[in-house]
Amino acid sequence: MELTLLIILPLLGALVVGFLPKRRPELIFPVSVGVSILPLVASLWIMWNFTVGEAGFQFTEDYTLSESLGIGWRLGVDGISLWMIVLTGILMTLAIAGSKSITDRTKQYMVSMLVLEAGLLGVFLSLDLLLFFAFFEIVLVPMYLLIGIWGGENRKYASIKFVLFTAFGSIFLLAGIIVIAITAGDAAGTITSFDFRQMLTLDLSPTTQLWLFLAFGIAFAVKVPMFPFHTWLPDAHTEAPTAGSVILAGVLLKMGAYGFLRFNLTLFPQASVDLAQILGIIGVIGIIYGAAVAIVQPDAKRLVAYSSVSHMGFVVLGIFALTSQGLSGGVFVMISHGLTTGALFLLIGMIYERRHTRMISEYGGIAKVMPIYAGIFLFMAFASIGLPGLSGFIGEFTVLIGSYMTLPVLAILAGSGVILAAVYLLWMYERMFTGPVLNPKNEGLSDLSFREIAILVPLIVIIIGIGIYPKPVLDRIEPSVEVILDRIQATTDYQPPEYGRADEIVQPQDVRSEIVGEHAGEEAQGEEESG
Amino acid sequence: MIDYLWLLIALPLLGALTLIVLGKRIGEPASGWLASTLVAIPFIMAVILAVPFAGGAETEHVYVFSWIPVIGANASLLWDPLSALMALIVTGVGGLIHIYSIGYMHGDDRYPRFFGYMNLFIGSMLTLVLADNFALMFVGWELVGLSSYLLISFWFSKPSAAAAGKKAFIVNRIGDWGFLVALMMIFAAFGTLDFAIVFARAGGVLSVGMATAITLMLFVGATGKSAQLPLYVWLPDAMEGPTPVSALIHAATMVTAGVYMIARTAALFELAPVSLAVVATVGALTALFAATLAVGQRDIKKVLAYSTISQLGYMIMAVGLTALTAGIFHLMTHAFFKALLFLAAGSVIHAMSSEQDMWKMGGLRKYMPTTFVTMVIAWLAISGVFPLSGFWSKDEILGAAFAKGGWFIGLWAIGVITALITAFYMTRLIILTFFGEKRWDPDAHPHESPSTMTIPLMVLAFFAAVIGLWNTPVRLGLEHFLEPAFENVTQVHALGNLTVTALALISLAVVTVGILLAYHRYGRGELPAEDGGYWAAALDGYGVDDLYGKVIVAPGKAAATWLAMIFDVRVVDGIVNGLAVVTKAFGSSLRVLQTGWVRSYGAGIVAGSLGVILWLLLRGGAF
Repeated sequence: MELTLLIILPLLGALVVGFLPKRRPELIFPVSVGVSILPLVASLWIMWNFTVGEAGFQFTEDYTLSESLGIGWRLGVDGISLWMIVLTGILMTLAIAGSKSITDRTKQYMVSMLVLEAGLLGVFLSLDLLLFFAFFEIVLVPMYLLIGIWGGENRKYASIKFVLFTAFGSIFLLAGIIVIAITAGDAAGTITSFDFRQMLTLDLSPTTQLWLFLAFGIAFAVKVPMFPFHTWLPDAHTEAPTAGSVILAGVLLKMGAYGFLRFNLTLFPQASVDLAQILGIIGVIGIIYGAAVAIVQPDAKRLVAYSSVSHMGFVVLGIFALTSQGLSGGVFVMISHGLTTGALFLLIGMIYERRHTRMISEYGGIAKVMPIYAGIFLFMAFASIGLPGLSGFIGEFTVLIGSYMTLPVLAILAGSGVILAAVYLLWMYERMFTGPVLNPKNEGLSDLSFREIAILVPLIVIIIGIGIYPKPVLDRIEPSVEVILDRIQATTDYQPPEYGRADEIVQPQDVRSEIVGEHAGEEAQGEEESG
Repeated sequence: MIDYLWLLIALPLLGALTLIVLGKRIGEPASGWLASTLVAIPFIMAVILAVPFAGGAETEHVYVFSWIPVIGANASLLWDPLSALMALIVTGVGGLIHIYSIGYMHGDDRYPRFFGYMNLFIGSMLTLVLADNFALMFVGWELVGLSSYLLISFWFSKPSAAAAGKKAFIVNRIGDWGFLVALMMIFAAFGTLDFAIVFARAGGVLSVGMATAITLMLFVGATGKSAQLPLYVWLPDAMEGPTPVSALIHAATMVTAGVYMIARTAALFELAPVSLAVVATVGALTALFAATLAVGQRDIKKVLAYSTISQLGYMIMAVGLTALTAGIFHLMTHAFFKALLFLAAGSVIHAMSSEQDMWKMGGLRKYMPTTFVTMVIAWLAISGVFPLSGFWSKDEILGAAFAKGGWFIGLWAIGVITALITAFYMTRLIILTFFGEKRWDPDAHPHESPSTMTIPLMVLAFFAAVIGLWNTPVRLGLEHFLEPAFENVTQVHALGNLTVTALALISLAVVTVGILLAYHRYGRGELPAEDGGYWAAALDGYGVDDLYGKVIVAPGKAAATWLAMIFDVRVVDGIVNGLAVVTKAFGSSLRVLQTGWVRSYGAGIVAGSLGVILWLLLRGGAF
């Protein structure tokens, strides 16, 4: 019941906002912020009551909608989707609170945002593939409207491109889902079955797995986005209103990575193992290509958009490293990227509201005029660069450690992403914030208001918090990641590398006492004992 | 009390947080004193905790919390003589520089912010030296880079300062990439990043090839942080930061991180003779190369910057020779005399209203006696004049090179030549600044600095003079102190008394020659005109920056521009858009756009889905 309620809450909120009296437009903003807090609280409640260390899905619900077609309202949350719904809840509230400048058709805007939230939550909670597909598609509509109605000058082109790219992927996804549903139906004695957990019992042939992997994979690759399907993203980001960009980068892209994790790895394990290297390569191309292209972008928002391509490359690499560290790190990057990139889009939105331009060259020296803004921007830049002590580092570091074990060359190449990230972000910072204020239009800029600071502070706190103490997050992710790897190991002949599974790593506190006693000659023996 | 070791890191970080958020309210000079106190307390704690090592106390591992469980990385600290010594240098010299800055930064708009960043640096550096695993060390490694960035570009309204900060961070990141790769390799080989386990098992786990690969990647990290060839280019630019920053971060502490790291991981380097040879050679070449650049600088801080690179070269050479104690010894003596040189230079710059060109100084000894006397002590110390600190530590390194024999004698020769050049450029600096004619602007009114600045100078001068006596061939105090930290590593063996004395005499002779040459050239009235030829090239840093700009930066930018503006737009986007189906859909959709195209899309999806389901239902009988 809890999860259904979680999905319904934003819809109820949308109804409330929709029925606000026409003559009281000033109510729309505060009420929208208010109702957006409800799903946030609900997602935090679920996080609080989530049992740590328990593999499998929790808070599961299963209501049959069609017996013969095997369709059900099936929901559940595990350690991966848990963080996705919490992230959705947090970013949605902040994005709505950051939408004060929307004055045109505010009500429709807020309703779109809340419907979008319901769709996103549904995507992450569905344990029925038809349900998943429905939510996956529902998300498109409000996002299309957000870009197409409240977007920038080129919004029509960007919104159409966004829909076409995703729709292109969705066709394959739908086909794939139907094929596997028929197969599952065969096994269950019904026409079709869309029950995800039942599909896990299927034994698909390698060829079938390969085709289905590709069908699902194209849809997810477009969403992530993976090179070369990424070109919709910079356009969509640049044209979307601030809140749209925040959700797009913060949550929507994660649908793709989540899809790979949830469905491709578990339903098509053999294909995943076979294609891991290729997908790793695509991930690394994304890391380096996205970063390189970001460096020279003249538009700050476009720059951050390309940086997303780079960060999401780390997620892909981590996932297809097929090690505990890679997968856990990948999920952590998803969370961290949502927070930092979301914050960067909020920040760019705030300066855009003051100067109505996103061109880096229009700025210069504004740290002098807007010191608080500059300080927070620099903080977020470093969080995105992956500075230790902040969230970005934990994920990328773990991904790199985890992927070196299976894909060493790719991991070494991916490591150069840490250099490029510093190049594009610090160069942008230098051009926008340092030096003398040359453009007179920048002289009178006002620093952040209390409301704007209040939107950013929670993100700062979380980014530092999970950067210094990521354990609570990782402890919840890890069992769910282990389930995925267990399944791959059980159904294929894949052998994870030594130390590639979390239970194999050497815990210093366990070994150190024995190390102290070891003498030079006994080193080899000590190694055998622990190995 | 050892359980509270983490306070060493936490207190300065708390200070940083407080001063960055609330600094404006705390104001000047309270924020300076607050920051200094939060370095002084860790210093006192470090002293108390370090005393037991003199009596042979055991190494302590202090577990704080579980950090990244999935790679078995804990936030846990190591307290052994080496980390203790580093912590003492960082908090001791750091504390003095904090106090100095109270006077130096007087009147700056962002005075509290400065101290916030300084505290952030101290906390980060202590993380680096106290970490008991590679992951946590990497945290400190990166965070000192952050503090360095923030402090170099502290006066960000000056474009050159902002650019210098960015350059420092990015060049350091190139080194960090190497460090990161080494960490990946270590984890893959050992399943942990814990120092104790990795070092104990290294001999059994690593082949020579793997050890070489790992240590070379670690060394790439060291060349970035410790400004060695070819990644040294950020350090001269880093002089854009306020002078106390140059003293603390870019002379005494942060730049020595690479030396510390190699000493700490010596158990791995020991397995890779090739890496050690590379390290020693790069160190020696850097020492010589940078010394030749120091000779030609006019800016007093630039002389000291190149001098720092050169001295770091000595230290790197030492650890490459597995003369670990010698390397750490020089690290320590250098921390005192180089911090002193920078602070004294800062005192001069302060007195001369920000003039840094030595050609516009001269005759200052009468106006700033304390600064003059302390700087003379530092000059003698760095030149290696008996019995000041630099003499002992430098000679120990040269002795180690000699002792290794073979082609390492060549490194010894490079070291001796560098010593000559060092004596020369330092004498040049002292004469140009304090002796001869006044060449300054008649409006300048040089004066001695306030006591918050001169007292730290005097304390540092005392140590720069005497600290060398801690470790002399007669009484190897430091070597005994550090023994537990290096017990698993075979250090280069010591030389006989006769050889030591002979070598010491050679280097003393060389130093004397260097000083006399400089006196001959600069100390007798008319100054030589230094332009053209070598002098122009040296001022330009031999054009290395230009070279990097042409060979790396410009092509990189061109490639990125081509990727972004041509390839991404025309090729990738073009092909994807050009896919037949999409193009068609795109073309027609553009037309139906205004007529509610989304609705038709939505309807299409729904209709399509229903159709498929219907189809399934109809052929249901087949199942």
